[in-house]
Formats: sequence, structure tokens, C-alpha cells
Amino acid sequence: MLKYIIKRVILAILTIWLVATLTFFLMHAVPGGPFVAEKSISPQAIEALNKKFGMDKSLPEQYMTYMFGSRNEETGKIEGGVIRGDFSLSLKQRGFTVSRIITTKFPVSAKVGGLAILLALVVGIPLGSIAALNRGKWADNVILVFTTCGIAFPSFVVCTVTMYLFSMKLGILPSGGLDLGTSYILPVFSLAFYPMAYITRLMRSSMLDVVGQDYMRTAKAKGLSQSVCLFKHALRNAILPVVTYLGPMIAGTLSGSFIVEKIFRIPGLGGQFVSSITNRDYTVIMGTTIFYAALVIVMILLVDILYKLIDPRIELK
Amino acid sequence: MKKKQNKETEAREIISAKPDRLVDIYHERLSFFTPAGEVKALNDVSLSVKPGEILGIVGESGSGKSVTAYSLMGLTAYPGKLLGGDLWFNGHYVNDMTERDFCKMRGNEVSIIFQDPMTSLNPVYTIGNQIEEVIRLHTDKNRKQAKARALELLELVGINEPEKRLKQYPHELSGGMRQRVMIAIGLACEPKLLIADEPTTALDVTIQAQILELMMDLKKKLDMAIILITHDLGVVAGTCDRIAVMYAGQIVESGTTEEIFYHPSHEYTKGLIASIPKLHEEEHTRLVPIEGTPVDLLNPPKGCPFAPRCVNCMKVCLDRQPAFTEISDTHISKCWLLDKAKWEAERKAEN
Amino acid sequence: MNMKNPLSFQLNVDDFLPASKEEKESLSQMRPSIGFWKDAMRRLRKNPVAMVCFWIIVVIMILAFIVPEFYPYKYEEQIKYSTYLAPFEFSEVEQARIDAGEKLFPHILGTDNLGRDYAVRVMVGSRVSLLVGLIASAIILVIGSVYGSISGFFGGWVDLVMMRIVDIIYTIPDVLLIVLLSFALEDPIRNLANVPGFKWLNTVGTGLISIFVVFALLYWVGMARIVRSQVLTLKNSEYVTAARALGAGSGRIIRKHLLTNCIGTLVVTTTLQIPSSIFTESFLSFLGLGVKVPMPSLGSLASDGLNGLESHPYLLLAPALLISLIILSFNLFGDGLRDAFDPKMKN
Repeated sequence: MLKYIIKRVILAILTIWLVATLTFFLMHAVPGGPFVAEKSISPQAIEALNKKFGMDKSLPEQYMTYMFGSRNEETGKIEGGVIRGDFSLSLKQRGFTVSRIITTKFPVSAKVGGLAILLALVVGIPLGSIAALNRGKWADNVILVFTTCGIAFPSFVVCTVTMYLFSMKLGILPSGGLDLGTSYILPVFSLAFYPMAYITRLMRSSMLDVVGQDYMRTAKAKGLSQSVCLFKHALRNAILPVVTYLGPMIAGTLSGSFIVEKIFRIPGLGGQFVSSITNRDYTVIMGTTIFYAALVIVMILLVDILYKLIDPRIELK
Repeated sequence: MKKKQNKETEAREIISAKPDRLVDIYHERLSFFTPAGEVKALNDVSLSVKPGEILGIVGESGSGKSVTAYSLMGLTAYPGKLLGGDLWFNGHYVNDMTERDFCKMRGNEVSIIFQDPMTSLNPVYTIGNQIEEVIRLHTDKNRKQAKARALELLELVGINEPEKRLKQYPHELSGGMRQRVMIAIGLACEPKLLIADEPTTALDVTIQAQILELMMDLKKKLDMAIILITHDLGVVAGTCDRIAVMYAGQIVESGTTEEIFYHPSHEYTKGLIASIPKLHEEEHTRLVPIEGTPVDLLNPPKGCPFAPRCVNCMKVCLDRQPAFTEISDTHISKCWLLDKAKWEAERKAEN
Repeated sequence: MNMKNPLSFQLNVDDFLPASKEEKESLSQMRPSIGFWKDAMRRLRKNPVAMVCFWIIVVIMILAFIVPEFYPYKYEEQIKYSTYLAPFEFSEVEQARIDAGEKLFPHILGTDNLGRDYAVRVMVGSRVSLLVGLIASAIILVIGSVYGSISGFFGGWVDLVMMRIVDIIYTIPDVLLIVLLSFALEDPIRNLANVPGFKWLNTVGTGLISIFVVFALLYWVGMARIVRSQVLTLKNSEYVTAARALGAGSGRIIRKHLLTNCIGTLVVTTTLQIPSSIFTESFLSFLGLGVKVPMPSLGSLASDGLNGLESHPYLLLAPALLISLIILSFNLFGDGLRDAFDPKMKN
């Protein structure tokens, strides 16, 4: 077990490093540095800025500094380097370190995303089970229609249509921001819509599969009541595929958050990421990407370990 | 409603006439309603089991052996439906039992062992958990007593290091061991009837013998009846008191083991026995297979279902279903050839 | 039903004559065996949902690829004095022309903020979305199946290394890289388009090309995994061993056994890949990373429509609902295909 975890952590660090390197070079391949956009600045000033932030150096040199730290000729910052978890300064939001931006914006995204994941699980698992146990009946058909739609509607469609209906036409829910408790309803629902439908589908098919298994027949032959059969014997087996989906779901919720945060004007990290790309704010892009990648990779690792706890057959090697 | 009651009283009379029977099934008809049509899985099946008796049900796959046994426990799988007949078990009229009644009965008065021990145990719970579960359900033993009983059972079914096994998961045990665990679960509440649905089919030949021996041994110790379902005549030969041969959802012949093996009177039974390899005989004759394939139960033939594969098939066999002929008190068979012999004898007598 | 006395005098001598072979055979009717493809197609045709979706897809394809060519308005054409017309409304200028006896085609979905006919824009937008879906899926199919089958066929350390690479790509949060890549690729491709011989890139649009590259680089891993596991199971399956034992050559095994058994999975996976590619494209376009103006895509149309949502909801709803319909149809059609190809679901 410990050996497995160590191995996975090494692989995870390797992947994060790969992502960081890839992002770094990709980003610098994008023409037009961070200061080009500001046309009011004179060429000399740009040169001075480039020099201050080390943009005049060769790419490999910049890369080494970024990864392993130092510089700071009068707060061109980068001190610890990525290796020590220091993502340097934002190039656009003067005076803010990238870490500061992440720590202020991420909790907002995490709150919405976490609620969405919770909603997806709480609704999806029972709904899928109900559909499977009523296979072919009306409840199953209604749920089936819901899930097919849930998977087919892109998140921007869900966002805009719900916003149009509930805040513009009916006027019962706020259309943006996070000032009120009710402002959470639309973004969380929109973000949860796809994973909710997907989990329902997953749960339905795995429940159908489990119900047909021999050990369910054994459980029934023991004289266990239907509810014990269901909750003790079926659920724990049927939930396994949902657990494996948790990893991708977290990643998916992130990508959903770009759109949701844009439409509902939520000051989260997803919106920040998109705007920093348009601004060519190198350090913020780098920092956010590495942070997100690490988050997803760690989540996937945790999910794999959780899986082992539920399914004794899995040998972690 | 009224009709149903009539049927019930009729059946009650029959059962009171034969109080020594544990299982009594009269003219059971059962179909599966699949999208492709109605599959007539059981077509007029009658059988009985006395307390402490071992009945073997023999037939090829799809002949309705398992379906008969499952319907007795209320385990008929979706989309199966009982269409007619009367089922009695241990004083219960099975036709009228609710799911709640079945729950009380299953695992307590009647237990079942399935074919594939590899998939019949829940992979995510320990052996101990799965044995204790059934004990605690049907008795008022507490956790500790249930565990003691589970240990006792594991020892009874011949599993070494029972203490350790209780804490293991199914995938850590071999197939033979798992089948022993299944037997332990089945015996936990000392049922009156044990249904063994091809208990040895998925096992190695050496293990097969061990499991059969164990079952016979336990049967003597606990004095229960067994219904042994199998497609392997070799399994039935040494173990059963009586044998019922099934084909295409019907019982075509039934009698004591000696009668079936030494005086088979249905062409299908004869074919089955002819296709057993005989190792002891000096002269090795060719095995005689039964030609053809089983009938399609979606549209069963109107005549004898075995007719298309029967070597001695007659015109009448294709047209009409044969009825049972009583060969002895215990031996009955459904074949037109028997009728022909009788008919010829009668004609001779007339002349 | 059962005769109580089978020896009633209804029986006669003829009944006990042996039956002929023909008579016996007439009883054991065999269902005719049907070929794999024919069987699958037969089952697909019997599936009403899948067939309805199939025809919806056909209609949308006609609307997207053929109708705009003959449409009286062009997607980039800005009609003067007719910004933000409601559906079926004419501008004053147009109204005057109609009054003068001219016949004008109505703006079925009105016009947008620059006075462009919205119906034709939506149609062209769905052309872009469909193109992305189809081409991207083709790219994924080729890369994924080649990579997967090499990995599965050779096995050993080749498999190990190739699958580790897949694992790593799999764990990278894709959306981040897509966003980055489509930004990073924009200029190199634009530069490439100026090189003689690559002029055609301009007509396709650099945004589209970068989306394709993104798909080619990232999205084949799922397909590769599926193909690999198929090849592995098939390679070790008993009937392939049996075929080999009977002396079948590799060519025959690949043709007869591997291909016929893989093809169902490939068709289904590719079909289901199309909506997910469309999904991703619309996502990128919505964020403003897809096709470039004036070329519309359903995602970018919806994104533009967001601004005037309150006053002109149809500008958002039309592309949003159309894209949902496209994805829904492809999904359901793919599900139908899967049911048709899955032999376990037979009957």
C-alpha cells in the first residue's frame, strides 16, 4: 500500500513537472509578450520592463529561473521558484503575487464547484438506482430523458437558458455575482447539470449490472428483504464506477467553471484564468495551470486510494 | 377469484391426502415474456419430494430444471410469470405467498446452492459477514453467538483454519472453498430442503466428488431433503433416491434411480444413458450422441417436444403430446412408444 | 388438455407408423442465420429513436452544407439599416422595396447587431460545428486506433511505455491545455498559411485548424485505450487461438476475426466522439477561442447572443438549442448503434 502510494506520488510529480514545462514553452510560443498590448508604453519602457522581468534572457534560462528560483533585481520577484511553490508576481496585476491571486480566487471557485459535485452525487446516485430498479417503467423513462438531455446540453446552454428563465423572465433568482445565498443556486445547478446526468447514467447501468449478478440472487435466497439486498449488497458494488468517475468529474467541473464563472460573473479562478490568457499574464497562467494540474492529479490519486478501500479485490501495485 | 379458491381447496385436498410430502408441485406452467415473445419455460410440471429424500432433476440446459426450483422459492427472474399449477412447500401454499413470506422462508426452511461459486458470493464483504448475516436474520442470536455458529459451520463443511477464513474476502478463496462456504450459508439455519443447482458443474472433477460427498454426509447428519439439479447423470447415479428427467419444460420420465438407469423407458432417457462413457466394459463401443438441438421454447412443437430428435419417432408423435404411462408405482414416463406397446397388447387381447 | 386415457379409440394404426425424416425436419424449424452487418442494420432500423435521430442529423446536414449556398442572404453580408430585426420583420428600407412590388425573402430568425441575416448565420455556424465534429473524430479515430493497436499488438515493454504516456496525457487537465494550445497555435498557423502551398489553411480558418491540432494531440487517448483493450482481449480470445491452431494466417486472423469484432466498437466510439468534439468546440468558441469573425460557429453565436439576452433572446436560444439538438441526436444515434452492434443485446 505505502509502496503504491509512493510510486503514484512520484508519477504525479512527474506529470505536474511535465505540465509546467509544457505550459511554459507553449506560452512563450504565443507571440506578443505581456507588455505589447499596452500601446501607450514607449519601446524603451517595454525594454526596461522586459529586462526587469527577465524576458530578455534566452528561453532555457528563463525556464531554469522560473523552475528553480532567484532573480529579484528590485522585485522582478521569482524567488523560491516553482519547486518551492513560489509562482512569482503577476505581470499585469502589479504588486500581487500569483500565490495571493490563487488563494483569494480559488476558495470562491472551490465553494461553487464543491457544492456542484455534492449536488451531482446526492441527486445522481439515488436517481440512477431508482431508474435501474424500475427498468422500463415510467420513472425510468423520465430519468432517461433527463440524463440524455443532461449529457447533450453544453454548459453554456444550461447557464444561459436557466438565467434567462429564472432571473430575467421570472425574476426570482439573481443573475450574477455571489452576494446572496440564492445567487449560488443557478451557478451550482448549471455546473452540476452534466455530472449529475452522467452519474445517473453510470449508476443506472452499474446497478442494472449488479442486480443481475449471482451474488444478488444469493442475497435474495438468504431471505434478506429487498431493502437490505439493495442497500447492503447492491449499492456498495454499484457505486464503484461512480467512484472512478470522481477524478474526471473534478477535472470536468473545473472546465465547466470557466463558462459558469464567465456567464454568472463570479470572481473565481476559472474566470481569472481565461482573462489572464487574453492578457498574456504569463506568470498567472503558469501558476494557475500548475495549481489546477496538481489539484486534479492529487484528486485522482485520492480517488484511487478510496477505490481500494471500497473494493477489496483491487490490489494496489 | 372464486376459481382460484376452488383450485386451492382442490390442492389442499391433495396435500392432505399425502401428508408425508415436503414439496408438491402440480401441473406448474411458467413463461418468460421476452421482447421476442412468450418463452414457455415450464409446461405442466408435477413433482414431489418427501422429507429426507434426495431427488435428482436431470436435463440439458434450458430444459427448465432450475426454473422449477427457483419458482418454489419465489426467485423466478424477471420477466418470468407463473401461469398455472399449484405449488406446495412444507405446508405453505407457494402461489399465494407474498414477498415478506418468502423472505421468512428463504434461507430458513429452504436454502439453495448455485452453480458458480466464483460469482455467488458478494465480492466486497468478508466470508464471516456473509455467513453471520443469514444467521442473524433468521435466529435471535447476537453478534457473538452468530460468529460462533459461523465458525461451527465452517468446520462442519470441512474448511481448515476457519478463524482466518471468516475474515477473508471471497476472491481470496479457491472455487471448492467458496462452494463449501455457500453450503455453510445454506445450512446455517438447518433447512428442511436444500436445493443444489448444479453445485459441482463449475468445479474440478476431484473437487466435485468432495463436494458431493460432503453434501451426502451433511444430509445424513441434519436429515434434510435435497433437490439435486444437474445435467450430469454421473452425479445423480450414486447420490439420489429418485430421478426426474426433464426435457423442454416438461418432466418426461421419473422413477427411482434403479428404474431410470436399468429400465429407462423414454427415448430421451435412453439416449442420455447411451451417451455416458462406459469405462468398465471390456469392449469399447462408440458413444451414441443424441442428434439435433433442443427445441425452441418460443414456439414449441404441438407434438412430443423430443420427436424431431427421436430415432423411433412416429407420425402421432409429431401431432399430439403423449400422456404419462404408469410403469410401476414409482415409475412414470411420457412416450407414445409405451402407448403403442399397450395398444398392441390390447388389440391382441381383443383378437 | 392432457388426455386422461390415451388409449381412447381415436388412435389408429397409421399413427404408429414411423415418421419420415422430412416430417421430422419440418418440425425443428431453424431460424435463418443473418450476417453481422445485416443483423446490426436490421436492429438499428427497428430502433425508432435512433432512426428519428438519424433523419434529424441528415436534415441538419442538408441545412448546414447545401442550403446556405442557395440562400438569398450570405452569412457575412451586412444588410443596411436592418440591425436587430425580430424574426420575420423587415427594415423600413426593405419594406419600401416590398411595397414597390419586389419580393424579398423573410429573415426567419431576424438579424444580428450588424444587420446580418441570422438564419443563414446559424446554418453556417452549424456547418462549422459539424465539420469540427466529423473531422476531429476522424483524426481521433486514426491516431487512436493506430496507437492503440500497435500498443496492444506488440505488448511487452512497448505496451508499457506507450500506455504510461497515455496515462500521463490522461491525467493532464485537458481544458487548460486546450485553451493554451489554441492560443499558442494561432500565430504559427497564421504564419504557415502565408507560405505558398499552405494558402488553403486561410480558407479553412486558423482557429479551426488549431482546434483540430488540439484534438489530434490530446483527445486520442480514450480511443487508444479502447482499441488497445479490444485488441488485447481479441488477441487472447479462444477463437483466435483456435483459428491459429487450425492454421489460419495472420492476415486472415486480422481480417476475419480482429477486424470484424473491432469494427462495431470503432464505429460506435467514433459516432459518440462526434458529439463530444462538437461539445468541446462550442465550449472553446464560447470562450472566444474558436473560429474567427466573420465566420460563425454555434458556440460563438451563442456567446455573442449572451449580450442582448434580455431584449433579443432568440439570438442566443436559436444556436443554443440547435447545438443541443445536434449533440442529442448524435448521442442517441450512437446509443442506437451500440445496441445494434452489441451481440449481448441480441433479441
